[in-house]
Amino acid sequence: MMEYAAKRVMLGLLTVWFIASATFFGMHAVPGDPLSGEKALTPQIRANLEAKYGLDKPLATQYWIYLGNIAQGDFGISYTQENRRVNDIIREHFPVSATLGILAIVFAGVGGVLWGALTALYRNRWPDVVIMFLVILGISVPSFVMAAISQWSLVNLNQIAGGTVLPIGGWGSVWHMVAPALVLGLSTMAYLTRLMRSSMLEVVNTDYVRTAKAKGIPATQIFSRHQLRNAILPVITVLGPAIAGITTGGFVVEIVFAIPGLGRYFVQAIQQLDYTVIMGTTVFYGAFLVFMVILVDLIYSFIDPRVRVDQ
Amino acid sequence: MSSTDLTPADFAKLPRQHDADQLTRPSLSYWADAWRRLRGNPRAMASLGLILFLLAFVTVGPAVWTVDPSAQDVDQIGIGPGADRHVTLTAPLTPWEPQTMAPPKASTDNPLGFTLAEPATTQAVRLTWVDHDSPHRLYRNLFAPADTGSYGLPLADLDTPYFEDRLDLQPETYYYTLVALDAAGEETDTGVTLTIDVTRVISFAEARERGLIGPDEKAEIGQTLELAWHPLGTDYLGRDMLARLMYGGQVSLFIGLLAPLAFVLLGVVYGSVAGFLGGAVDQAMMRFADFVVALPFLLFMILFKVVFGIGPGESGILPMLAAMIILLWPAPARLVRGQILQIREEGYVSASKLLGATTPYVVGRHMLPNTLGVILVTITFQVPSAIFTEAFLSFIGMGVAPPTPSWGAMCNEGIKSMLTRPHELLFPAIMISATVLAFNLLGDGLRDALDARMRGAE
Repeated sequence: MMEYAAKRVMLGLLTVWFIASATFFGMHAVPGDPLSGEKALTPQIRANLEAKYGLDKPLATQYWIYLGNIAQGDFGISYTQENRRVNDIIREHFPVSATLGILAIVFAGVGGVLWGALTALYRNRWPDVVIMFLVILGISVPSFVMAAISQWSLVNLNQIAGGTVLPIGGWGSVWHMVAPALVLGLSTMAYLTRLMRSSMLEVVNTDYVRTAKAKGIPATQIFSRHQLRNAILPVITVLGPAIAGITTGGFVVEIVFAIPGLGRYFVQAIQQLDYTVIMGTTVFYGAFLVFMVILVDLIYSFIDPRVRVDQ
Repeated sequence: MSSTDLTPADFAKLPRQHDADQLTRPSLSYWADAWRRLRGNPRAMASLGLILFLLAFVTVGPAVWTVDPSAQDVDQIGIGPGADRHVTLTAPLTPWEPQTMAPPKASTDNPLGFTLAEPATTQAVRLTWVDHDSPHRLYRNLFAPADTGSYGLPLADLDTPYFEDRLDLQPETYYYTLVALDAAGEETDTGVTLTIDVTRVISFAEARERGLIGPDEKAEIGQTLELAWHPLGTDYLGRDMLARLMYGGQVSLFIGLLAPLAFVLLGVVYGSVAGFLGGAVDQAMMRFADFVVALPFLLFMILFKVVFGIGPGESGILPMLAAMIILLWPAPARLVRGQILQIREEGYVSASKLLGATTPYVVGRHMLPNTLGVILVTITFQVPSAIFTEAFLSFIGMGVAPPTPSWGAMCNEGIKSMLTRPHELLFPAIMISATVLAFNLLGDGLRDALDARMRGAE
C-alpha cells in the first residue's frame, strides 16, 4: 500500500513538473512580451523592468528560477495589478471556488447515488423513465445555459414571492451558494446517476443478494447493506475526474453568478494577458487536480483492495 | 376412439425433410447485423434523423435562406420571433421647440405635471412637465418600476421642464419616471411614472434607402410599410438569427465533428503501434500518454489559445481544433491499445501469421476492423464533449473571434440580454442541446448495436 502510494505521488510530482514546464514554454512562445503594452517604453525603463521581472536572463536561467520558485510555492507578481502577488490572489479567491466545488460535489455525489439506485430498483417503470429522461437532459444542456435558466427562474421566483427567496448572484451567505452549487453539480450528478444505475443493475441480481433475500432479510437492509455498498464502488473512481470537471465548470458558473472565485479571476487574467497570473493559476490548478485524482485513487484502493493488484 | 385406429400406412417412412437445414435468412455481415440492430432502436434512429436534419440545416440551409448573417437590420434590433414588422412612414424629424408649447398642468395624481408632448415614435420621445425651481431626474425602464423596484436607466438631471429622448428607441413599452430633486441634488419622494408605447416609424429617405419603396414608387406620409422578415428574430445588432444559427452551426459542427475524428484517428495510430510493438516501447509510449492525460484539459485549451494567438481577420477555429487534437488523443489511444493487446492473442491472428501474412496485413485486415466498432462509438461520444468545449470556450470569450458566429458565441452574446430578449440565448442553446442530445443517444444506440460486450451498460 505504502509503496503504491509513494509511486503514485512520485508520478504525480513528475506530472506537475511536466505541467509547469509546458506552461512555461507555452507562455514564452506567445508572440510579444508582457511589457509591450499600450505605452511605448524608453530603452532604459524597459531594461529596468526586464531586470525587475528577470526577463533579461537567458531562457534556461529563467526556467531554473521559475522551477525553483514554484518548488518553494512562489508564483511571482501579477503584471497587470501592481505588486499584487499571485499567491495572494490564489489565497484570497481559491477558498471561494473550493467551497462552491465541495458543495457541488456533495450534491452531485449524494444525488447521483440516490437517483441511480432508485432508477435501478424501478427499472423500466415510470420513476426510471422520468429520471433517465432528466439525466439525458442534464447531460445535454451546457452549464452556462443551466446557469442562465436558473437565474431567470430565480428572478421570477423572487418576483412572485415579492422578496428575495434566494439571491440571484454574488457571494457572502450560505444562501448565495445554493443556486450556483446546484447548477455546477448538475451535469456531474447526471453522469453519476447513469453510472450508478448500471453499477446497481449488475448488483441487483447477484448471488449474495439472492441469498440475503432467501434468508428473509428485509428489503431496506438488503438495499443498504448489500446492494448500495457494492454498487457504489465504481462511482468513487470517477469522483477524481469529476472534481476536475467541476473545477473547470466552475469558471462559467462563477462568471454568470458573479462569484469572486479563482476561476473568474483566471478568465479575467487571460483576457488581460496577465502572464504570471495565468501561469500561476494553471500550475496551481493542475497540481491540485493531479493530486485530487491520486487521493481518490488511493482512497479507492483502500476501500477495494482488488484495485492494487491490477496496478 | 379413432386415434387408436392405426393402419399400416401410418407406419410408412416419411420422405426426408430438408426445411430445417435451409437458411431462410441471408447471412448477415457484422455491419449489416449492427445496422439491423440500430434500426430496431427507435431512440437511436430518431437521433440519427435529428443529426441529419441538423447537418442539412447548416449546409443546405444557407442556400435556402440566403440572408447575410452579418448584415444589420437597424430598424429591427433585438426583435423576437413573430414580432410585428409594420412601420409607419413619417416626415423627417424636425427640431423641437418646447418653449412655444403650452405648459402642462399639475394635478393630484400627477404633482409634477409629467406628460408626453407628442406621440412617441422611434425617432423621439418628447416629454414635458411643470417648471419648478428645483431640478428633476429622468429615468427610463423596460419593466414597470412597481414590479422591479427600480426606476431603471437614469437619462439625465434637468433644470429645464422638458426632455427629448432619442437613445436607442425600440417599438416597445417604456416606463419613464420623473423624480424631483431637492436643493442638495438628492431625490425626493415626489416621482411620477409614465407608461409610453413607442411606435415604429421610418422617414421617406430612410425607407427609400432600405429599398422599402422603389425608386419610382410613390408613398404618402402615414402609410404602413412592411420591414424585412426575420423568422427567428434578430440579435442585439439587428442580425438575422436564423442565418446566424445556420452559419454558427457550421462552425460548431465543423469543430464538433472534425476534432473527434482527427484526435481519435491519431489515438488509433498511436495506440495500435504501442499495442502491436509491446514491451519497452509500449511502456514508454503509454507513460507519455499518461502525462498528456494528466494535463488539465480546459486550462491547456485556454493556454493554447493564448499561445497560438489570433490575428485580425482570423476566426480562431484552427487553433481550437489543433489544441483539441494535441490534448485529447490519449484516451482513444489507450482504448485501442487495450483492444489490440487483446486481439493480438486471438487464434485467427496466429492463424493468419502462420499462413505468412505480413504485419501491416494483420493489423489492417484483422486487428483494426475488429476495433472499428469501439472506435466508432468513441468518436460518437466525443462529439458532444467537443461541441461543449467549443461552446464553453466561446462563452468565456476564448473561442471563435467575432464576428464569426458559433452557437457558443451566440449564447455568450444572448445571456447579456436574457431578461428582455430571451430568444437570443434560447435558440443557440436549443441548437447546442439538441445536437449533444442526438449524439449522446446515437452513441448509446451504436454501442448497443456494435459492441456485444458493452451491451446494456450505461
